[in-house]
This record gives sequence, structure tokens and C-alpha cells, in this order.
Amino acid sequence: MVSLVAEDVGVTLGGRDVVHGVSARLEGGTLVGVLGPNGAGKSTLIRALVGLLPARGRVLLEGEPVAAMPRAQVARTIAYLPQGQTLHWPLGVERLVALGRLPHLGPFSRIGEADRAAVARAMDRAEVTHLADRTATELSGGERARVLLARALAVEAPVLVADEPLASLDPEHQLHGMELLRGEAAAGRLVIAVLHDLGLAARFCDRLLVMDGGRLVADGPPGAVLTPALLAQVYRVEAAFEGGAVIPLRRLG
Amino acid sequence: MNLLRRWRWPALILLVIVSATLSIAVGSAAIPPGRALAALAGHGDPVERAILVELRLPRALLGLMVGAMLGLAGAALQGYLRNPLAEPSVLGASNGAALGAVVALYFGLAELHPAVLPLLAVAGALVSLVILFLLAGGGESPLTLILAGIAISTMTLAGISLALNLAPNPFAAMEITSWLLGSLEDRAFSHVLLAAPPIVIGMALLAGQGRALDALTLGEDGAAALGVDLRRTRARLLAGVGIGVGGAVAVSGSIGFVGLIVPHLIRPLTDRSPSAVLWPSALGGAALLSLADLLVRLVPTANELKLGVVTAFLGVPLFLVHLLRARRLW
Repeated sequence: MVSLVAEDVGVTLGGRDVVHGVSARLEGGTLVGVLGPNGAGKSTLIRALVGLLPARGRVLLEGEPVAAMPRAQVARTIAYLPQGQTLHWPLGVERLVALGRLPHLGPFSRIGEADRAAVARAMDRAEVTHLADRTATELSGGERARVLLARALAVEAPVLVADEPLASLDPEHQLHGMELLRGEAAAGRLVIAVLHDLGLAARFCDRLLVMDGGRLVADGPPGAVLTPALLAQVYRVEAAFEGGAVIPLRRLG
Repeated sequence: MNLLRRWRWPALILLVIVSATLSIAVGSAAIPPGRALAALAGHGDPVERAILVELRLPRALLGLMVGAMLGLAGAALQGYLRNPLAEPSVLGASNGAALGAVVALYFGLAELHPAVLPLLAVAGALVSLVILFLLAGGGESPLTLILAGIAISTMTLAGISLALNLAPNPFAAMEITSWLLGSLEDRAFSHVLLAAPPIVIGMALLAGQGRALDALTLGEDGAAALGVDLRRTRARLLAGVGIGVGGAVAVSGSIGFVGLIVPHLIRPLTDRSPSAVLWPSALGGAALLSLADLLVRLVPTANELKLGVVTAFLGVPLFLVHLLRARRLW
């Protein structure tokens, strides 16, 4: 099963230490939630894990340093869904999802039957098949988020890294999104997702990494990690814990 | 529209053939088709043969080559910068190349070796593109990119004027306009041979970039995560546009807006992905410039119109459409 290992990873951006000394060993078959307040270094950490940023320490994908691997090989192994909904041309939905097959195409080959099947599967799982003929830039924010998630699923890589995949989704589609990520993990993949909803993270994730001030301050199963003390320390909130839900109640001065 | 989408390749190829044929057939001397064919085959009247083979054929070939290069460069730049207003002349690359060519011609450097002229034009285009990328940073904001392009255009324009002023050349003012507006008047086969190698190299460098440009639809991070080597893509794009446009400008002067207009006309005929726009834009550019050059010859003016005047008249409406859309008036 696939493994992604961070050894003392640190990132400096513009002279500022954004991520510092993060070590973790992540295995296939788990859904890992990355939590932390705004500016905690979550996005920077996962970009370093995907090899998009020069980082100190080592990131090992299947035991090999990501930094030394050819980009195309990393692209086939890790599917990455960036934060925000960057989309520069008004592509059709199906065409956009098919971009996920780029890492699998040979230098002069065209998209084939197998690729088309992967695109159809991804669109089906993200429930965007009915949008296939629409123009992606003309969709609502939530629809576009699902289309971009389908794009990442279409890579069919053993590792899926998603930066805030639930942003701008309605409650039903948030649940659907988490079920989907859960399903990917159940199929043996390693899924790493930056999340802001503590309740969904607590209910669906196998393991939570909590970042604060660029450091990894907690790492473990949700029950052990999401404690009143940690929420007070990291998020500076008091929260109610009820039947698996975590509801922020009050800001702590 | 759907019909045109499906038949865009045959339609574009037909358009290129028609415009090339017209470009050879039409000129100040009326030569009927039968005699023209005979002349091209090497028979018939020696004067007509000279007109066709030594004047019109190279001019038609240059129109196709330069137009194709400018169209392709525009499509590639728009895709790479994710900016529908990017284009070699708007970004100052064409003027940079013209400055290189002017320096080569008017300081006697071009006489040293025939390759000096295109080499200096290529160098001029590359230097302006590098400065542009440095000034505009990531280049995702249309405004910074256009401003940087204006700065470079203005600087190179001043450089061209200065070079021609300083050069021992009594016709400086006339020459300035012909380099800035571009022309294919009185070109010979030697010009075709001069422009062909850099244009072929430039096109070859841009040819394989379609997928990287498609991936960039998702932004730089998204593209890198899809396996695109961003640094290599940037280097190949810079080199391809610089070398190709440099070679084109070395023989035609700076012809504006072809690279802007053509991808805009082509995009609705495709699925709008950057890769799908690339090669049709080369064909479209070849046809557009040939037809513009035909117009230049047909309009009865005392001095022949400059080619860049015609393309500028075609390019400005596109800017206006963008302006109106940005102001939500359209």
C-alpha cells in the first residue's frame, strides 16, 4: 500500500518560516484531515508534500524522495486539488475533467478508451455527469468545486491531496464530499484533505493533523485530538461536543 | 457554427490555399491565370515570369510564413499567460525584434554576414520578452502584463527612432514607419531564406507545448501537479516566440495584432482549450496576413499602404469588445 512520509519538513516563503519541523508517516487506506486556523501553514505543508515547493527535510513517496522524482511520475502517484477554483479558460466540463488524464498520456498519444472510462467514473463519483456539456466557468461555485474534484479523481492516483475540497459546498454536498473521500480511502488510497469543518473532520477522518503557527501540534485519531484544551489552544474557541458533532460556541479572549 | 466547428481544419486549409492563390494572382500588372501558370512553370513571357517568380511568389510565401508564426505565437502566449490580450506586438516582442533588425541594418552589421540580421532580431525579441516576464511577475493579471508591454514597446520604439536618427541615413523617418508598421513590399527569395530557419525553429519549439498550456488552465500549481515542468515550459515558450517572431520581424517589420485577432476568431471554433487553438491559429494567421497584404495592394493609394495599418484597424475593435465586456456593456 502507498506511503507518504514527511521527515522534519520545513518551508521558508519570502524569508518567513511558514512550516517548521513536520514529521508524519501517512499510509494508504486512511483519510487524513489537516486542520488548523487560517495562516497555520496547512496549504504550504501539503504543497510541500506534493513537491510543489522547495522544502527542507525530506518527503518520501513510496520510500523515494519526491524532490528527486520526475514530475510526471509524481503526477501519476499524487492527485492534487489546489485551493480556490482557478480556471483560466471557459472549458467544457468533460474537457476539464479530462485534464486529469494528462499525466497518463504518452508524448504524442491521444486520450484513449481507458482514459475516457476514467473520466466517466470520476464524473459519476463526483455527481457531475449531468453537467458534462456545460461550460465550467458558468457553473455555480458549488458545482464548479465538484467538477474540479472530479478532475482530481480522474487521475486515479494512489494518493489524493485536496486543499479545502468542501469550500462553497452546501450541507448535502459537503456530506457527499466527505463520503466520497471516505470511499477513496476505503479503496486503499491515501487521502489527505485540508478541512475547516471540525464536525465533519471528527466524523469522517481516520486521523487528524493539526497545524498551528507552522508546527504540527497534534496528530492522531479524531477522538484523541479534538479536545477542549486543543481547541482552546489552537483555535481560541470553546466548543460543545455532542454526538460526534463539534460546535464552536464562544471565542476565548 | 457547429458545422464550422466540425469542418474547421478543411475550412482553414481551404482559406489558406485561396488566399495564397489570390496573393500570387493579384498585383499591379494584370496577368491572366493561364499565362500565370505558364510563367510559374518556367515558360511564357520572361517579364511575366520575373514578376511572378521573383516578386509575387516570395511575397506570398512570406505572407504565409510570417502570418502563421504570428498567429501561433499569439495563441501560445495567450495560453501560457492565461491572458486573452497577450500577443507579440502588444507585449513589445515585435518592436524589440524590429529594434534588433534596425541596429543590424543601419549600422552596417548586416553586411558582415547574412545571419546577423535575423540573429539580432531574435536577440531583440528575446530580451524584450525576458524583461516583460520580469516586470509582469506571474503574469496572471491582465493589467500588469499590458502595462509592462506598453513600457517595453515604448522603450523599443524610442530605441528604433534613436538608431535611425543616429544612423547615416537620409530617409530615417520613412524607414521608421516601415519597421514599426511592417510591410512585405519588394521582398525577394533571399528574404524567404532568411526568415525560414528561425520561423521553423520557433514553430517546432511551440509545437509540443499544447498539453502544458492546457494544464495551465488550472493555474501554475495545478499544472505542476499534473506533471508539467513549469521552468522548461517557460524556457521553450520564450525561446519559441523569441526566435520565431524575431525571424518574422527581421523580414517584415513589426506587424501588430495578428496574434491577437486570430486566436480570438479561432477559439469559438474549438473546445476553447489552449492546445486546440494553437495550430488552427497558425493557419488562420497565414490566411489573415495574406489577405491583409492583398488588401494593401488593391487599395488605390499613391504610396502603398503599410501592412501593419490594416492589421491595426482589424485589431482595435477586439480591444473595444474586451473593454465593453469588462465594463459589462456587452
